[in-house]
Amino acid sequence: MEALAAAFQMVFSVQTLVVMVLASLFGLFVGAVPGLTATMATALLVPITFFLPPIPAIAAMVTATAMAIFAGDIPGCLVRIPGTPASAAYVDETYRMTVKGHAETALGVSLVFSVIGGLFGTLVLILAAPALAAAALQFSSFEYFWLVLLGLTCAVFVSGDAPLKGMITLFLGLLLGCVGLENPAAHPRFTFDLPDLLSGVSLIPAMIGLFAVSEVLRFSLDANPLAPVSRQVGSVFRGMGAMMRRYPVQTLRGSSLGTVIGALPGAGADMAAWMSYAISRRFSREPEKFGTGHPEGLVEAGAANNSALAGAWIPALVFGIPGDSITAIVIGVLYMKNLNPGPTIFINNPSSIYAVFLLFIIANLLMLPLGWLCIKVAARLLRTPRNLLMPVILLFCVVGAFAINNSPFDLWILVAAGLLGWFLETHGFPIAPAILGMLLGTMLEEHFIRSMIKADGNLIAFVERPIAAGLALLVLVVWGVSAWLGWRRRRAIT
Amino acid sequence: MRLGDAPIGAAFLALAVAVLWHIRDFPPAPGQPYGPALFPGLIAAGLALASVLLMVSAWRPGVQTSEGQAAGGEGDVRAEAPRWLPFITTVGALVGYVALVDRLGFIITAFLMLCSQFAAYRVRPALIVPVAAVSTLLVHAAFYKLLRVPLPWGLLSGWTW
Repeated sequence: MEALAAAFQMVFSVQTLVVMVLASLFGLFVGAVPGLTATMATALLVPITFFLPPIPAIAAMVTATAMAIFAGDIPGCLVRIPGTPASAAYVDETYRMTVKGHAETALGVSLVFSVIGGLFGTLVLILAAPALAAAALQFSSFEYFWLVLLGLTCAVFVSGDAPLKGMITLFLGLLLGCVGLENPAAHPRFTFDLPDLLSGVSLIPAMIGLFAVSEVLRFSLDANPLAPVSRQVGSVFRGMGAMMRRYPVQTLRGSSLGTVIGALPGAGADMAAWMSYAISRRFSREPEKFGTGHPEGLVEAGAANNSALAGAWIPALVFGIPGDSITAIVIGVLYMKNLNPGPTIFINNPSSIYAVFLLFIIANLLMLPLGWLCIKVAARLLRTPRNLLMPVILLFCVVGAFAINNSPFDLWILVAAGLLGWFLETHGFPIAPAILGMLLGTMLEEHFIRSMIKADGNLIAFVERPIAAGLALLVLVVWGVSAWLGWRRRRAIT
Repeated sequence: MRLGDAPIGAAFLALAVAVLWHIRDFPPAPGQPYGPALFPGLIAAGLALASVLLMVSAWRPGVQTSEGQAAGGEGDVRAEAPRWLPFITTVGALVGYVALVDRLGFIITAFLMLCSQFAAYRVRPALIVPVAAVSTLLVHAAFYKLLRVPLPWGLLSGWTW
């Protein structure tokens, strides 16, 4: 109870609330401008959070991402360009609604069901995380080894349609994670005699490079101007009660699926939206209406992508294993703020955990008024010329990467990561597994070596404890199912 | 310009082999058989295997590995081929910033970086200098004054504020 009171005090401070409002506006802007993603918003926030106390720092990231995922729906609806990849699944649907003259309904559904999905995901986070943490206290290095391996496996097989390429970027990330002194013999690995590399490749500059710089580079090759917007939007909230009564199953199904997809490492809001939209269509009583401006799929997928955000925090807080690329960045910030994620944080620092829960609730509730405001000024936002914006974003990346350690060497990491990210993405290699590999490589090696020493090289010991065996089985199942699906797809082609 | 999966796979295979070669002389950890070479060795082996599979799948006729997700319906109006000048300018501005910022200082370097990109992205000429100047000064105020990031002054060190 004391912890809860402390949490309230931390969250309802003037500083936190001001940060939340500013972060909301930032998130809405980034989400509503096509080409800027929620992950990029988080990456750009990192240098700012560096200068904030822990709770406002987390608040900034939670609110900005929630707003960005919702705001991504707005340009999709008005000009048929999704603001973030998470809105791409139903962009045709919302645009058709706009063409039919129902822009306000489309935007209202996006907003209201984003809030519902976000709150549902938060509820699951509040209920599931502490229970999981209690179980995780019993885990030894064997369980952690399999858990990390399961996370990396999911990242490869769930996130993309090119598992082989995902595997390659994962290995690349793991190799990058090997750089430096942090290994069993403290031997300087792959440092090329550069003292800057002794502590490893700096994670945050690498992430800003992979996610934000690569995006600017991609824009520079394909700078297509935006179509002008001149649409009037009526009352956003009218008819939403009827929608809720009409589609309760869809709301619940989208929110639950979104939370689960979010919690799976490597798959985030975009995946949740695509899957939910497809499921909604398959189980709908009027599937023929999908794609013609029908709100049903929008209800389900709009709830799903926002619930995925909260779901992704479950493994991030309990195990330090990120559920999506956003929480991958968040975990880096948590370590920087001495809030090392893992089951012990629930015992040692319960007030911070409660504060995170509260932040999620507030962020989702804030979405109603601020989202409404954003819809009202959307037409103006959409006119922000991207050819003015992108160079400034690049400047932010450079200054932000420097601000973390004040190290000029980090800037070279930023440049290299930016070029690498751009190259990989244009050739169909997913980026998220690389980040996950970099982040979890040290953890995987540590638990692997420790387990090997404990077991004296006897591999059977890795599956002797029941939970470890269960997790190992799960890893095998994911591999097996993915291989089978791949084989079936190949047979279907030939 | 897109490379096929086969040459990319070959490059990753070469990287994996180089890593395997390099870790041969890592010293063992004192007192136990599992040293710093074990884990990178396993990963490099995995990378080598995946690279070979990628090359094989690229050569197999009829089966194309996926072409990467299309950029989310991002308009199908790309009539012309990608223009490389903006891209090269962007990379040049980035590398130029990192190489020159200590010598020229943040304000001059950032201003030049923004101007070159605005010009390459065909921003209206009348806007280039004012927008670049204002953005540079705003970023400087936010990070140097507010957040106390020691951005270098370089040539302007006599006129700091």
